[in-house]
Amino acid sequence: MTATGSTVDRRDFIRVCTIALASIGLPYAAAAEIAQAVARKKLKPSVIWLHFQECTGCTESLLRTSHPALAELILDLISLDYCETLFAAAGHQAEAALQKAMKDNAGKYVLVIEGAIPTKDDGIYCQIGGRTALEIVHETADKAGAIIAIGSCASWGGIPSADPNPTGATGAPMVLKGKTVVTIPGCPANPYNLLGTVLQYVTFGTLPALDDKGRPKFAYGRTIHEDCPRRAHFDAGRFVQKFGDEGHRLGWCLYKTGCKGPATHANCSILNFGEVIGAWPIGIGHPCYGCTEQTLAFRVAMHDTVDIERPMPPDTYPPIRAAQGHISPIATGLAGVVGGALLGAGYMASRKLGEKPPSEEDDPRKET
Amino acid sequence: MSVDRRYLLKSLVAAGAAAVAAEGTSEARVRTPLPADALGLLYDTTRCIGCKTCVVACREANDTKPDNSNSPGGIWDTPMDLNGQTKTVVKLYKSADGLHRSYFKAQCMHCADPACTTACMLGALSKREHGIVSYNPSLCIGCRYCQMACPFNVPKFEWAKAAPKIVKCELCRHRVAGASLAKTDGYSRYPKGHGPACAEVCPRQAVIYGTREELLADARRRMAEHPDRYVPKIYGETDGGGTQCLYLSHVPFEDLGLPTLSARSVPDLQHTIQHGIYQGFVAPLALYGLLGAVIFRNRRKQQSEQPEQENGGRP
Repeated sequence: MTATGSTVDRRDFIRVCTIALASIGLPYAAAAEIAQAVARKKLKPSVIWLHFQECTGCTESLLRTSHPALAELILDLISLDYCETLFAAAGHQAEAALQKAMKDNAGKYVLVIEGAIPTKDDGIYCQIGGRTALEIVHETADKAGAIIAIGSCASWGGIPSADPNPTGATGAPMVLKGKTVVTIPGCPANPYNLLGTVLQYVTFGTLPALDDKGRPKFAYGRTIHEDCPRRAHFDAGRFVQKFGDEGHRLGWCLYKTGCKGPATHANCSILNFGEVIGAWPIGIGHPCYGCTEQTLAFRVAMHDTVDIERPMPPDTYPPIRAAQGHISPIATGLAGVVGGALLGAGYMASRKLGEKPPSEEDDPRKET
Repeated sequence: MSVDRRYLLKSLVAAGAAAVAAEGTSEARVRTPLPADALGLLYDTTRCIGCKTCVVACREANDTKPDNSNSPGGIWDTPMDLNGQTKTVVKLYKSADGLHRSYFKAQCMHCADPACTTACMLGALSKREHGIVSYNPSLCIGCRYCQMACPFNVPKFEWAKAAPKIVKCELCRHRVAGASLAKTDGYSRYPKGHGPACAEVCPRQAVIYGTREELLADARRRMAEHPDRYVPKIYGETDGGGTQCLYLSHVPFEDLGLPTLSARSVPDLQHTIQHGIYQGFVAPLALYGLLGAVIFRNRRKQQSEQPEQENGGRP
């Protein structure tokens, strides 16, 4: 099947391309360019999709977006040469396919890693076909054209790396030190963030601008808080105090129930997850739990509040004349007493100055 | 006593003569005229919606930390007034009956003849390019005389720092520097990102920047078009000797916390008082004469008592 063939009609195709393009900040007109790129078979890159310590949630969310074209587009766009979830083949047949894809497309294929990689005890806690995840990831990454870690597990360890982390699970960038790994954290990651990154690589051969954690800036450049649909309630000081209270029913700000939005970098608040409107924690009345952030998810208690990185003005105003503390009568009296004593002492001292200097024998200082 | 009467009187006369001579050479105070490109702001209370975008933009442009000291949990940026980390703030006036409201954006007024620069003993505060009242921290000794002198209570001190500085609006002079003014739509405009940040981001042009002349002309035009809308006065046109930042308001300016000032600038008044005291050197001479008389009387009294004391004091 092709991108403009019977399974995906042109309108759906352009629509999905446009959403993905908007998310990576490319102009609308680039959709045509991408359509052409997809139509040209030779641009269809080989993709090797590895699964390690994970729940397959990222793959599932990718395949089960409400818009049917998305998954098909991915399958149209790329040649998925190895993916345990979607494979018809099994056992030695599957492993042979992996070796063949690596050999045929050396230096060109896109490696997508899903799931954390256990490193403790030489990585024996996750093995496929008798080989450890560590071995597989090193081998496949060596000849990859681009490496994408999808989901929080592959990006920095995710749930498998939560304390006490018995398997020494960690993310792909930590294992593949020195290599550029695009991380698309999220639990699960928004499929459009993967799509946007892949589309850019397929069409233009480049990767999007990344932050210091390898996350595409187009998706992870801002915090949830900055674009939160409940932000007005935060600014006005209207907070949900406990679940089910009046404020909760009215859709007020969830900060006090432990929302991690002010410290979480992701685009959930502006790009609907799988195109379902409101299908994300804050959208359904639950505080953001910071799934994209290594320092927050599965580490900070669900209902602990986070610091506001850069406080902004609220919806209130200071008065023209700020309230000053008033002076109490006691303080005034005390100040009067002290001042009076000083004045008196000064007067006495000046009188002393006018008197004759004490003789040497009378000077008490001489006695010591 | 080591200073005898003859020496004291001689010194007094010499000092007096020198002072009189100096008085003779002093002249009436001449104010430096404002440059033609004197930059200022025009704030119109009828246009402001209190969005505080200017406050946030000021923080970003001047790299000042949000002041979250007044908010529970420190979650908001809530300066109560200008302070050591806040160069502009939007305040709200509400009349006692709640019928009249107005926002008010406070920042340095950039006086035509500023009190702070004359109070500053080392010239850390001075009027520089575009008439901007500028601060040079390397000359500041932290005396805070500028705080005392300013009639608008603008300069603030970084009380919490070990090496504190004075903090006040400098009309984004670090952005203005090097950029060239170009006339656009009758206004002197800098390329985007080089003008005063608060005015650049204002979504309703409640605060605009331009040369003082342009802003005055605009303010007059607005008042002529809508005489019913404004208090018939441009605050800053003459107040306190004139300021480069101007205000138009629909509520009395006193309610916005702007002091009622005469057309004389503070330094002018200060000059008059100082020179009045030393006019013809009469007051100092009278004071020193009185002191001299007291000393003379005391010495005479002491001399008449001295023989007795000498006998009693030393056996």
